[in-house]
Amino acid sequence: MNSFSRVIGLWCVMTGVALGQTVHPVGNIFDPQATPAESVYHLSLLVMAVCAAIFFVVAGLLTFTIVRFRRKGNDGHEPAQVYGSNRIEVAWTVIPILIVLVLTMATARVVIALQNKSAPKDALQVTVIGHQWWWEFRYQDLGIVTANELHVPVSTTAKQSPIFLKLESADVAHSFWVPQLSGKTDLIPNRTNTMWIDPRQEGTFLGNCAEYCGMQHANMLLRVIVQSREDFEKWAGGQKTEAAYDSDIQVARAKFLSLSCVNCHSVSGTSASGTFGPDLSHLMSRGTLGSGVIPNTPENLRAWVKDPQVIKPGNLMPNMQLNARELDEVVSYLSSLK
Amino acid sequence: MTPTIAIQQTEWTLPDRGRVGVICLIATEFALFTIFVVAYVFYIGKSLTGPSPSQVLELPVWPTICLLSSSVTVGIAARALKGNQLRKFKMWTAVTILLGLEFLRQTALEWRHLIADWHLTITTNLFGTTFYSLVGLHAGHVVLGLTLLLLTLGLGLRGSMRGQGRRFELLAWYWHFVDAVWVVVFTVVYVIGR
Amino acid sequence: MATTTYADGLEKTEALPVPSKLHEWIVTVDHKRLGIMYIATSLFFFAVAGVLAALMRAQLAFPNGKVLPPEVFNRLFTVHGTTMVFLVGMPFFAGLANYLVPLMIGARDMAFPRLNAFGYWMFLFGGILLYFSYVAGEGLAGHGTAPDVGWFAYAPLTERAFSRGTSTDYWILSIVISGIGSTASAINVIATIMSMRCKGMTLARMPLFVWLMLVVSAMVVMALPPLTAAQMMLLLDRYLGAHFFDTQAGGSAVLWQHFFWLFGHPEVYILMLPGFACASEIIPVFSRKPIFGRAAMIGATVAIGLLAVGVWAHHMFAVGLSSSSNIFFVASTMLVGVPTGIKIFNWLGTMYGGKLRFDTPMLFCVAFLFQFLIAGLTGVMMAAAPFDWQLTDSYFVVAHFHYVLLGGLLFTLFGAIYYWFPKATGRMLNETLGKWHFWLLVVGFHMTFDTLHFAGILGMPRRIYTYAAGRGWEGLNLLASIGVIFQAVAVACLIWNIIRSLRQGAPAGNDPWDAWTLEWATTSPPPEYNFAVEPRVRSSRPLWDLKHPEDPDWKYE
Repeated sequence: MNSFSRVIGLWCVMTGVALGQTVHPVGNIFDPQATPAESVYHLSLLVMAVCAAIFFVVAGLLTFTIVRFRRKGNDGHEPAQVYGSNRIEVAWTVIPILIVLVLTMATARVVIALQNKSAPKDALQVTVIGHQWWWEFRYQDLGIVTANELHVPVSTTAKQSPIFLKLESADVAHSFWVPQLSGKTDLIPNRTNTMWIDPRQEGTFLGNCAEYCGMQHANMLLRVIVQSREDFEKWAGGQKTEAAYDSDIQVARAKFLSLSCVNCHSVSGTSASGTFGPDLSHLMSRGTLGSGVIPNTPENLRAWVKDPQVIKPGNLMPNMQLNARELDEVVSYLSSLK
Repeated sequence: MTPTIAIQQTEWTLPDRGRVGVICLIATEFALFTIFVVAYVFYIGKSLTGPSPSQVLELPVWPTICLLSSSVTVGIAARALKGNQLRKFKMWTAVTILLGLEFLRQTALEWRHLIADWHLTITTNLFGTTFYSLVGLHAGHVVLGLTLLLLTLGLGLRGSMRGQGRRFELLAWYWHFVDAVWVVVFTVVYVIGR
Repeated sequence: MATTTYADGLEKTEALPVPSKLHEWIVTVDHKRLGIMYIATSLFFFAVAGVLAALMRAQLAFPNGKVLPPEVFNRLFTVHGTTMVFLVGMPFFAGLANYLVPLMIGARDMAFPRLNAFGYWMFLFGGILLYFSYVAGEGLAGHGTAPDVGWFAYAPLTERAFSRGTSTDYWILSIVISGIGSTASAINVIATIMSMRCKGMTLARMPLFVWLMLVVSAMVVMALPPLTAAQMMLLLDRYLGAHFFDTQAGGSAVLWQHFFWLFGHPEVYILMLPGFACASEIIPVFSRKPIFGRAAMIGATVAIGLLAVGVWAHHMFAVGLSSSSNIFFVASTMLVGVPTGIKIFNWLGTMYGGKLRFDTPMLFCVAFLFQFLIAGLTGVMMAAAPFDWQLTDSYFVVAHFHYVLLGGLLFTLFGAIYYWFPKATGRMLNETLGKWHFWLLVVGFHMTFDTLHFAGILGMPRRIYTYAAGRGWEGLNLLASIGVIFQAVAVACLIWNIIRSLRQGAPAGNDPWDAWTLEWATTSPPPEYNFAVEPRVRSSRPLWDLKHPEDPDWKYE
């Protein structure tokens, strides 16, 4: 294990501690933390139990047959030439069909419950737009646009708050997969899909894009940050405000706005309104850069702006060829966008 | 050592392998066309911009008459060849080819009209994409069939087609298939789609 | 003037000088030679694709691997998958069918020998074209790039906007070309089976191998066109500005998936059924009993062929189709497991009460039974759509399909090699090396693919060139990568065995396994004309009837 990955691991814990949060980096589908994942989990128990039973019966018979009917010595006689048995054929056709019926019905129930759930009036709605190789999150009702980290309020038995996601894509097919919260649903251009989650535990849940979408598919990581109601409101409040304006760094700000960064990125309250890349208005409120690739530290921010191709080769932000002064100014401006 | 077991002497007839082969070929081509038809039907009404089928398409009655008649004529030619009536075979094959060529000519005229007057090309919209590909795929098969028919006519003029009735019949089956596809294309594109 | 004397004493005299051996092989239309060419070429591509896989597993053995850059990895999994499906699996079917079907039905050759040769050369050229892309294809990274869009090439990633250059076109064209070869083979097999059976061999009396090849060929004929059509549409999009899958112009990315999987699902049965064909011949001979439930096996095969076209969207459960569509495909997918399960039960029934001989062919078939059972059951798990929403596009499904294709198909194909190599060459393969091959492969296969199921359960998606530490995937990936070493050594044993046995294998004789189908009734290798006298059969096991005239099969069939 090299030092880089050790840093990631350490950082995960530190960020979690810093945010007062536990990070759940292992997306175990058998450790559900939301209703969709839990419904799937219960169905999976039934299906696996049936499959296990079938396995033990058939494999058991196979093993028995191999041992019992081994050729012992060569007496030159062939065994009884049995051609078949209609009764047995019927039995092992009908029983599997019955099993199929039971499993289909059990499955259908879960499909309907999960797919056809309608959003309650006050449910939080977020539009997720997949890009090569980052996630855009738009909270339409709250007027928030952010990237790569999906903040949601925790759903308690007292206050159930499912979050409904509208899934769209700006380019190719992607897939939203945070295993502990839900099964995956694809983001397909020219098509809108919906899914919902109601995370029941606070913390940061990691996920991945799960549909091959090109060069950096591996690094299109997902973070769902589940917070208490108050923390979520606080976060939302911060996101809704215009990007910070720090008079001390006017020069840096002006430099940023004069560069072609603004062709791809937006910063609220400024002339930067590009939509090709992530919204940077509250960049420093995010824990990672490049969609989960590196932690959002001053060194990493500088390294990313200097040459994103070193960190995430092939990603669609080119090396902007900034000189040292421009780099300083851009980084100092970005660092102010809390 | 080969097994020689006495069996009851019953008739042992198996299907002709040429027929089986061509039936399989027709089946596979049928599956191919089905996908293009499905794509056409799927995209009906989904073009983001015009022109639309109802604006630009006219019922291709004359081409259809030509092509369907050519099925009749190729059938006559096939029967003639099987009956060793070589002159009749050559004449009706020639008629089939002429009818096929007229079909293609009409298609070309239609396409010229669509491109020059309506500016409808394969890249214009979904209708253009699916129309030209489906009709074009069919026309390509007509070209292939005509090429083979021309070949058999040429061979016939050289006197080499005597006794080839079985093989020509297979070509006639292929031609019937191409015409049957046209019936589907006609219905889907010019009747339903409009 | 040159005279050849065959093993059974007949002579053939050539009026012209005999051409060189190489020339003979290049111009041959003899089904046996073409069959060997198909199988040898597919084994070659298997080794190549295996190397690609080994490279990928080297990259994934550790988190943040630096063995390969992302663009190379993405090309590797694309070319690995494409090769294994189209340049290994399909030609193996063609090779086995072309070699064995005429022999098993007592025919002299295939129905269309020249079409047979055409099919082989198309396959070979298609394969060369795919790999030529490494030299000449252009893509995002400049010259010399192979396709990198995944073996199922989802739109719109494959559209010009997202896949510049020609690398994707190499994928399209190589498959179209080798697909034409496969279709030609399939048509040839069907015509041969329908029109060239020897006297007395009714359809009901054909060996199960022949039945399965008939159904596979019918599936190829019907299932390849959706792929060809979709690829033609993609080419039109990429070169003539069509909009079939151009989502910016209203085109549908999902339509590509429907067309692809309409082909793709029958395709995986096309790949697997030849394995069933081999197992259905080997297991009875090494159990010393006829296949249990012949009619049921034939019925189940036909049922699989028919049902296979109704399950395709289980590859698309996460696409967001309606709940009623999803439920339909849940039902159809679970249903197709029934005839498949029936086959396993019948093979088990064949072994039960028999006198099992565990020579290498049978070892491979027994492992196949266990492994295919597991593969089928993980398939049932994924047929439950909500469970599939977690498992699809993860390493669980990667493990599942490698279980089917490696644990199922490849094991039976290896068994088939040990079983029929003596017939094709006149020499036995070495049993000791065979057992080394077998056990090393079992160890390596399970080490890699049992483990990868768990990586999927822990959230590892597929087609990622690297992963961070701390996700729970490190140990599993390392173990999976180590398994590759065992598999590589196993395959090396086979290759060494083949090379060695060609020169100094024990002479096989006509019928080394004491089997019952017609191919064992002629010499090893068979003469060019297969049988000096056209056989006449009266049951499905003509050689059993000959060897046991007091208790022939035709009394019971």
